[in-house]
Amino acid sequence: MIGQSPVRTLIAHAVLIVGILIVAFPIYYTFVASTHTLQTILRPPLPLLPGGEFLRNYTEALFGGIGRIGGVGVGTLLLNTTIVAVGIAVGKIIISILSAYAIVFFRFPFRMTFFWLIFITLMLPVEVRILPTYKVMVDFGLIDTYAGLIIPLIASATATLLFRQFFMTIPGELVEAARVDGAGPWRFFFDILLPLSRTNIAALFVILFIYGWTQYLWPLLVTNRNDMNTIVIALRKMVSFADADTQWHLVMVTAMLAIVPPILVVVLMQRWFVRGLVDSEK
Amino acid sequence: MATVDLKDVEKVYGGAVKAVKGVTIAIPDKALCVLVGPSGCGKSTLLRMIAGLETISSGTVSIDGKVVNEIGPTERDIAMVFQNYALYPHMKVYDNMAYGLRNRGMPKDEIDRRVKDVAATLELAHLLDRRPRELSGGQRQRVAMGRAIVRNPKVFLFDEPLSNLDAKLRGQMRVEIKNLQRSLGVTSVYVTHDQLEAMTLADILVVMNAGLVEQMGAPLDIYEKPASTFVASFIGAPPMNLLPIVASGNGATLADGTDIGMAAPANAVTLGFRPEDVDVVMNADRPEGAVALPARVEAVEPVGAESFLYCAAAGNRIVVRVSGRATAKPDDDLRIVAKSEKLHWFDQAGKRV
Repeated sequence: MIGQSPVRTLIAHAVLIVGILIVAFPIYYTFVASTHTLQTILRPPLPLLPGGEFLRNYTEALFGGIGRIGGVGVGTLLLNTTIVAVGIAVGKIIISILSAYAIVFFRFPFRMTFFWLIFITLMLPVEVRILPTYKVMVDFGLIDTYAGLIIPLIASATATLLFRQFFMTIPGELVEAARVDGAGPWRFFFDILLPLSRTNIAALFVILFIYGWTQYLWPLLVTNRNDMNTIVIALRKMVSFADADTQWHLVMVTAMLAIVPPILVVVLMQRWFVRGLVDSEK
Repeated sequence: MATVDLKDVEKVYGGAVKAVKGVTIAIPDKALCVLVGPSGCGKSTLLRMIAGLETISSGTVSIDGKVVNEIGPTERDIAMVFQNYALYPHMKVYDNMAYGLRNRGMPKDEIDRRVKDVAATLELAHLLDRRPRELSGGQRQRVAMGRAIVRNPKVFLFDEPLSNLDAKLRGQMRVEIKNLQRSLGVTSVYVTHDQLEAMTLADILVVMNAGLVEQMGAPLDIYEKPASTFVASFIGAPPMNLLPIVASGNGATLADGTDIGMAAPANAVTLGFRPEDVDVVMNADRPEGAVALPARVEAVEPVGAESFLYCAAAGNRIVVRVSGRATAKPDDDLRIVAKSEKLHWFDQAGKRV
């Protein structure tokens, strides 16, 4: 691609710019809508520039409470969703790194059977086992609790598989060196395996956080109380079939706020990816 | 400090494959024992059994007179240097060396003193804050050695520690390992497939083949009196020339009927002589008490201090070492003369006669 003609560079850039516009425009338009009054939004056409209601709309949504979802503020929703998303991400990482550790570094009967059992669950989406899971949650009284939102989603075959593949690349000599150095299984895990997995954990955290953040079906089932909703569920509840019933300006605010944490996580964790790519320590 | 005794040690994989078939070796205190053999001969398995990284199928391994079969690697008080160094990639050099000591609960200032001492001996002092990936191969090798030395163990185990270094560095490290081992006086077991390393390092050389000890002893004794054709061809570079012979009447001939000029001992079917133990003569004289073979030079390899002549003699390839420059050229006909005291004879089973 070196020594390309200016025309081709121009075309390449044009394509890229169009692509960015297609992706960015809806988000920008949502933002614009979130800064206007309900009346302005409902009276077409919607202006293309932000209005003057930014502070009022955002304060109202965050702290005032929204009528259609029982007066719960977006702040509560963000807190709920953060707890659930972080809980799912951290829980999945802990469980999968431990099970991968067991499968790769220990010899026990039916080791491969267990591995394949975990692997097979990859092919079962959450929806398939949703009824029995729901029944279990009801019996445990975990409806409308963070535990009920998090625990059923916490096992991850994908993450286990990823960690397994990574652990298999760790040379046997390193494991043996640690054994000779007097590191037992726990020491080896914490002193050597965990530090070496840092970049993998960071990458998985981002993916799993977003997975948890955007969960829809399970939170919908397992929460009844408005103040236990996640932001995605609340967003859905805020939209009514009748336009007049829907406080569109607040919906737009909520949508904007719902995007922010995943973006923050991606942006902040990106440094880790880059570091992981640049100084591969193996 | 410690002796290492192996008694009838066997390793069986999966109930069928025998990797080590009954090995008995006694290593005295402070000795450096080198296990040498081709890949797959069981030398690494044997070392790993001494380390406690492999279970022992039968027989006993004792360190300092104590059977350690059921004891884990940590409690055996050994330190191991691995082929690929196996340094902890995320730890600094200092922590790599200190890790084993910390795990043993040694006080911090004692660890610090030891690590700095050893780092000074190995000229690593200025590298203590680096990570392994910032080091060259030779430096990593030193850190791996340092990690073993700080532990002050009863036994050092080396698993082909020099095979990832370039030839020059390998030569340097070889001398260094020998000096260190001698000055520290730690009993050591060293595995290699390189016969030069084996010859130069060993106090006791153990030549292994197919899970068995072929020969054991001082390196030069083995060189001078190889117990079998396997040892004869494995130890020494270029290897010993081995020619099949047929006894005929009072004398013996090569396979194609060429008279070798002297009688072979009973049962001998292979004649061997080392490249440096022969003289090259251009005339047709036949000296008394020596084997003389007509040969044709195929190639000449001048190395500098010596030259190797690759000759064909009655369908056999014979290598001859001559010192300095070789006067012979390819396609020259000459006569190879080996004195009888420099000859080795082997029987049908490859054993020395």
